[in-house]
Amino acid sequence: MSDAAVATAAPKLTRKDFVSDQDVRWCPGCGDYSILAQVQKVMPELGLSREKFVFISGIGCSSRFPYYMNTYGFHSIHGRAAAVASGLKISRPDLSVWVVTGDGDGLSIGGNHLIHALRRNVGLKILLFNNRIYGLTKGQYSPTSELGKVTKSTPAGSVDYPFNPIAVAMGVDATFVARGVDVEAKLLQDLLRRAYEHPGGTFIEILQNCNIFNDGVWETLTDKATKADTVLLLEHGKPLIFGKNRDKGIKLGSDSRLQVVTLGNGTQEGDILVHDETNRPLAYMLAHLETPTPIGVFHATIRPTYEEAMSKQLEAARQKLGPGDVNALFKRGETWVVR
Amino acid sequence: MGGGVPREKSLGQPRMEEERKGAMRVETQAVAAAPGKRREQRDSVVIRFAGDSGDGMQLTGMQFTTESALAGNDIGTLPDFPAEIRAPAGTLAGVSGFQLNFSSLEVYTPGDSPDVLVAMNPAALKVNIGDLKPGGILLADRDGFDAGNLKKAGYAGNPLEDGSLGQVQVFVVDMTGMTLKVLEDLKLSNKVASRCKNFFALGVCSWLYSRPIETTLKWIQDKFKKTPELVEANARVLKAGYHFGETTEMFAVQYEVKPARISPGTYRNVTGNTALSLGLLAAANKAGLPLFLGSYPITPASDILHELAQYKNFGVYTFQAEDEIAGVCSALGASFGGVIGVTTSSGPGIALKQEAINLAVMVELPLVICNIQRGGPSTGLPTKTEQADLYQAVFGRNSDSPLPVLAAATPTDCFTTAYEAVRIAIKYMTPVILLSDGYLANGAEPWSIPRFEELPAIPVHFRTEAEGFFPYLRDPETLARPWVKPGTPGLEHRIGGIEKEDVTGNISYSPANHELMTHARAQKLAAVAQDIPPTSIRGDHAGDLLVVGWGSTYGSIAAAVDEVRARGKRVSQIHLRYLNPLPPDLGGILRRFKTVLVPEMNMGQLLTILRAMYLVDAVGLNKIQGQPFKISEIAGRILRLLEG
Ligand SMILES: Cc1ncc(C[n+]2csc(CCOP(=O)(O)OP(=O)(O)O)c2C)c(N)n1
Ligand code: SF4
Ligand SMILES: [Mg+2]
Repeated sequence: MSDAAVATAAPKLTRKDFVSDQDVRWCPGCGDYSILAQVQKVMPELGLSREKFVFISGIGCSSRFPYYMNTYGFHSIHGRAAAVASGLKISRPDLSVWVVTGDGDGLSIGGNHLIHALRRNVGLKILLFNNRIYGLTKGQYSPTSELGKVTKSTPAGSVDYPFNPIAVAMGVDATFVARGVDVEAKLLQDLLRRAYEHPGGTFIEILQNCNIFNDGVWETLTDKATKADTVLLLEHGKPLIFGKNRDKGIKLGSDSRLQVVTLGNGTQEGDILVHDETNRPLAYMLAHLETPTPIGVFHATIRPTYEEAMSKQLEAARQKLGPGDVNALFKRGETWVVR
Repeated sequence: MGGGVPREKSLGQPRMEEERKGAMRVETQAVAAAPGKRREQRDSVVIRFAGDSGDGMQLTGMQFTTESALAGNDIGTLPDFPAEIRAPAGTLAGVSGFQLNFSSLEVYTPGDSPDVLVAMNPAALKVNIGDLKPGGILLADRDGFDAGNLKKAGYAGNPLEDGSLGQVQVFVVDMTGMTLKVLEDLKLSNKVASRCKNFFALGVCSWLYSRPIETTLKWIQDKFKKTPELVEANARVLKAGYHFGETTEMFAVQYEVKPARISPGTYRNVTGNTALSLGLLAAANKAGLPLFLGSYPITPASDILHELAQYKNFGVYTFQAEDEIAGVCSALGASFGGVIGVTTSSGPGIALKQEAINLAVMVELPLVICNIQRGGPSTGLPTKTEQADLYQAVFGRNSDSPLPVLAAATPTDCFTTAYEAVRIAIKYMTPVILLSDGYLANGAEPWSIPRFEELPAIPVHFRTEAEGFFPYLRDPETLARPWVKPGTPGLEHRIGGIEKEDVTGNISYSPANHELMTHARAQKLAAVAQDIPPTSIRGDHAGDLLVVGWGSTYGSIAAAVDEVRARGKRVSQIHLRYLNPLPPDLGGILRRFKTVLVPEMNMGQLLTILRAMYLVDAVGLNKIQGQPFKISEIAGRILRLLEG
């Protein structure tokens, strides 16, 4: 069941209804502000009453998020948000459960829980704020930091090869995989809405700037001067075209690899791949495309959710055996009477 | 166990059912004495079935247990599984055993050492013969002692024939041979047919101890109903064994163990893990809450997951998580949602869970953590028992992290303790650790089945009124904070692991507030003491020596104390269910005895706590062999201490 389907006729809500009374404590200029603003903008429009929303996070700057949302919230421990949220969503499928995590929280210490929640398709709406750095602990490299990254803990440059969060999610057969950017407000709002409506677990990697410890990490993708040539917006049913002049596109080469081509000179729009969110192999390939960097929905497919399957088993057991009779259960097996 | 002296009473537990003493009458027929044989009475018999893992010894033992229970005996059982799942056949590592103590008196333990050993092969003999009582009975399958098996067990000659067994009454029977013979016409493969030989052994033992075999025949019908040829085969072999006992001249004596005096009631045999599962389930039902179990398989706790997974129609969610951390975290997430979250594991898994348990301490949500202890450290002795995780439970988290710790004393007590753990978790809005161990988990005893309606109430209040709501505004009596289900309008709030401001629950780094909240958490734990009933003392209220125990040592201690008291010694016993907080009357009791002895299957963990808390010069008796105490070990220590 999608969270949209459980929406009841809710009173009209505004952004303000979702703003808590706590002071926001992120560094001025942090990309997290923009993400918070988009979430607070979209939530009231979803048609679900406020008390049905729960935000669960781990530890990190990003994980402070729940304190700023005037919904139910649980700031848990480092890396474990997906596990805490799984228990809640499985036993309370009526709630819309959102997970906020960071690149360290979700992919380093909590990597195990993230992949298992996604493969099970627990109906969690996971937002991974990727600033390619450990913000809260003041600037160590993270599992998404680029190879050779110089930080306090890697003065000679990091020697470990980074994760590609989208490829990780694709690799565990997540049913909804998308990438947004902190400053791309409109896209982020669309993705949040899509996530809400998706009947199942969703994973959105949000490229986020940490202006204190990793400033400008996504600059080429956000700078007005360059972004048209470095970013590819994925739109279902539309050709994979990008560029300032919309003259570049993605084509499947005769070697079965994705090729970046320029339109004209014999290449026409008809040669360009058309994005299909349901095409899993295409999403795999796009996940590994670096220039341009795809943003938007890579993949969306429908598979029964874990909580649905679990509820069905409980219901089936009730149908077959009737509601539990504790006294009868106590007496299961061989019994004898002493008078 | 669970016999004459009602365990509930002797442990000072809240009594779940009105217990009336009465002469016992069991609905079963007695078996007539066999002609031409002498009938001898025995008070108690300890029998151990041992064979290769593939020989069906667990099943044989369990059926003999059922026969004995139906014959009205008090019983206690203990299986002994090999650590390897499929150790090579015939090897020492592959030996599987099952011990049963059945008696006309109250049974406290599965028995120190067997009176009877059934050995299906040389490896089983080698592993177990050292435990057999001098003059005990050895019943062996001749066919199992072939050259190959003798060699695998490391015997140069055949111990059944070379007189090397010493003071033992040896009965060698061609069990496999006779099994094959009675099945000759059934066209079973040799392999399938010889597998039935355990029923021959069961038949012989049933005759030897005058047990009726009707229930086993009925059980065979049920168990193998899908393969009628196996029903026929096993039933035939069982009867053949029984009749062999009756007619052979080998056995001149048939034994009889009269029914025990057992409190009236309906009984069933349960293992500790089954009882624990039922306790959790019953408590959740009493509270009117769904139960969510988040768990990761580990010996000896997995059976609780298996058991609860069958109770879906009771609204039980079982979630086999990706690891122990996810197990406890998912359970806590479920508790946040207003269901009762439970996680089960053993020591190594509990180590992984501690950070999340501490989160539960901070966010003050109900959560039950069951630790079915095993031998350690690290992987240690996974299939053996130990009670060495008390420090881990009480002290094993970072910072001042108080939470209630309860321990079960017997297999059936696992029911009561699990029920109590859920009740406390909900009443005080706190995680509770329940300690059981491998010995209790797999051991079984008769359980006087309670009526669900008569179990203690577990009131639950979910706050719904927004007026005056603060997440950390405490109940004055229990110091519990309100439980609010997400989805309740107007009560939206955030919780988390960062220190909370008193009352509002907002993040607070104020030094004074942290101290205040640390005290508040400690006081909440202390408040749990108001629920602890007066400690019941077995024996006199003052005297020369007090034995203080906790956990699965109960049976051995009780039997040892009875033994020395019968010799006129002024020795008493108390057994603690509540280990944190400790019972309020404990200090006073300790001071009324000259000597305090604390037997533990660890290096002295409760001992250290008692010494620290009460400045009492208690002494320990420590056994760290992966095996429970023998009654004689404790009785011996008591006597030596009394001698000075
Ligand atoms: C068990 C544990 N280990 C380590 C930490 C310290 N710690 C807190 S946040 C963090 C990394 C956060 O990085 P990320 O998830 O990327 O979040 P960001 O701050 O960048 O948003 C670490 C290592 C902790 N709180 N708990
Ligand atoms: S350290 Fe970086 S991620 Fe953290 S709040 Fe500051 S800018 Fe944001
Ligand atoms: Mg980060």
